[in-house]
Amino acid sequence: MSDILEVRDLTKTFRLSAKQQKLERTKQKLRVAVNGLSFTAREGEIFGLLGPNGAGKTTTLRMLATLIRPDSGDTFVDGKSIVREPDQVRRRIGFLTSELKLEDCFTPNYLYDFFSELHQVDRAVRIARKEDIFTRFGIDRFAEVKVADLSTGMKQKVSLAVSLVHDPEIIIFDEPTNGLDVLTARVVTDFLEELRDRGRTVIVSTHIFSLVEKLCDRVGILIDGRMVQCDTLANITRGESLEDRFFAIYKETAGEME
Amino acid sequence: MRSSVFTIMKKELARFFGDRRLMVSILMPGILIYVVYTFMGSAMGDLFSVDEDYVPTIQAAALPDSIAALTQAAGLPTEPCQDIQAAKEEVTAQELDLLLVFSEEFDREVAAYEAGSGQAAPNVEVYYNSASAASQTAYMTVTSLLDAYESGLANKFDVNAGVDCDLATEEDTAGSIFAMLLPMLLMTFLYSGCSSVAPESIAGEKERGTIATMLITPIRRGDIAVGKILALAIVALLSGASSALGTILALPRLMGGAMEGISTNIYSMRDYLLLAVVILSTVLVLVTVISILSAFAKTVKEAQSYATPLMVLVMLLGVSGMFGGGASRNLAVYCIPLYNSVQCMSGVFSFTVMPAAVAVTAGVNGAFTLLGVFVLAKMFNSEKIIFSR
Repeated sequence: MSDILEVRDLTKTFRLSAKQQKLERTKQKLRVAVNGLSFTAREGEIFGLLGPNGAGKTTTLRMLATLIRPDSGDTFVDGKSIVREPDQVRRRIGFLTSELKLEDCFTPNYLYDFFSELHQVDRAVRIARKEDIFTRFGIDRFAEVKVADLSTGMKQKVSLAVSLVHDPEIIIFDEPTNGLDVLTARVVTDFLEELRDRGRTVIVSTHIFSLVEKLCDRVGILIDGRMVQCDTLANITRGESLEDRFFAIYKETAGEME
Repeated sequence: MRSSVFTIMKKELARFFGDRRLMVSILMPGILIYVVYTFMGSAMGDLFSVDEDYVPTIQAAALPDSIAALTQAAGLPTEPCQDIQAAKEEVTAQELDLLLVFSEEFDREVAAYEAGSGQAAPNVEVYYNSASAASQTAYMTVTSLLDAYESGLANKFDVNAGVDCDLATEEDTAGSIFAMLLPMLLMTFLYSGCSSVAPESIAGEKERGTIATMLITPIRRGDIAVGKILALAIVALLSGASSALGTILALPRLMGGAMEGISTNIYSMRDYLLLAVVILSTVLVLVTVISILSAFAKTVKEAQSYATPLMVLVMLLGVSGMFGGGASRNLAVYCIPLYNSVQCMSGVFSFTVMPAAVAVTAGVNGAFTLLGVFVLAKMFNSEKIIFSR
């Protein structure tokens, strides 16, 4: 398997507002959210970014999705730079996060067609893909119902379908099962595994250990914006549970940082 | 009072007084009313008066010595009238301010007239054009002069008895009323149309998190900006057109008897076309500016408060259209967005519009819109703006 995603020394710093400084009880005006992050992801694997809240997972994914620019470093998606060729990168990735919402006043059917047009998907291909994914997720039952009237699980299924209209090579999911009922969560994780089996690369960020253990081939542990471990699940856990290993690593890292 | 009521009240008041934007929205109406009414008062004053140095053009047929002495003393130079009909046409065309028509033996008839005789008193006809501020002012000056003289003679003659001496055409009258009211009303309606849709489309999408979903597709930021502005302009135009149409149709009723019998259908297709060009370019400017302000805002409510100063500006510019005299003849004036729109509207409604001025207005407003689209596209690329929550 060859590398399709290469993250090189990615760094992102945010300026803290007075309100944030007060909230975080700090006088520092800058916060390094991601600090010299490097890793690769291969074709046909699920790569997990594991870390506590504020570790820099969402910032990293936003940079990979070209929504924000890194201060330094770069990332290459199938050889295309997120800094110099963001349009090319956007054609190759599908991005789903709870921050990205769908317009309440439209139906899943309309939104699928709308995003297909933005991705310039051929009409015949679009119709075939839509039928396939709508049937698989059961969206066809509520395809003409406005998003506002759908349950959280239904909305997540529609978001998933919409993020895949262009059949991207890399699928990036931020907390893919957050807020979902067990049945919908299972549908989503099964689908991610199927995407992997079809040779797609899936990057997920999460703080749920069981999800990483179930899904991921390789894992990167992110603490305070740094990648402290990046390896196969087996090499990281060394026979222990992922949760125990994570806290051991967290303790070691915290000790080093102090 | 129950303590729970107090608790709810305290919470609500804390919410209002803890939010600076809400405070501004509470105080703003008073400030707006003061500014707009002050400006309107000044504008209305100017509308119904002419320059102090202005000397009206007056002609008189068979001007008697008594009245000649009066007008001379009042500093109103009077030319003799050779052809009454031609002079009336000049008054209608606003080339002459006033025409006084006396009988050949006016002074003698006045001297011979017995107030209680039951016969008709000698009459002076004072022809003027109510659509012209200069003519109206001259008319008021001269009639008050004549009235004072008549009172001194124990009412031995009449002024305009049984004669309609207003030579303004139906078009002039309606045009002057429309030119006074419609630019301000139209600008206000167009602003309302734009401000009701633009914040929802830009700040609303940010607030709901739906704009980022679009930004991760390969679509160019400029295309998003252009698409949004054009769609918003169409909706705002429909809203503005609905309001404007309602106003134009209701205006004769609004004006009561002042416009009785006057048709509002006094403008040609050319006038409507010029007006359409002005309105379209105005809506594009307004939508662009409100969209840019909305992109800075985190919420729809915040966007609306950012747009409030623009509303004040639009209203003040609309009021500036109430200054008499129709549109400016200086083409440089038409390089100022929004002010150019008011001037063009005023020109169309008062029949003084210059097609070149409309062309300059459309060009300037179009260029302004393009610049705004460029700025908006840059803003869509800015993570600070898109992710400011």
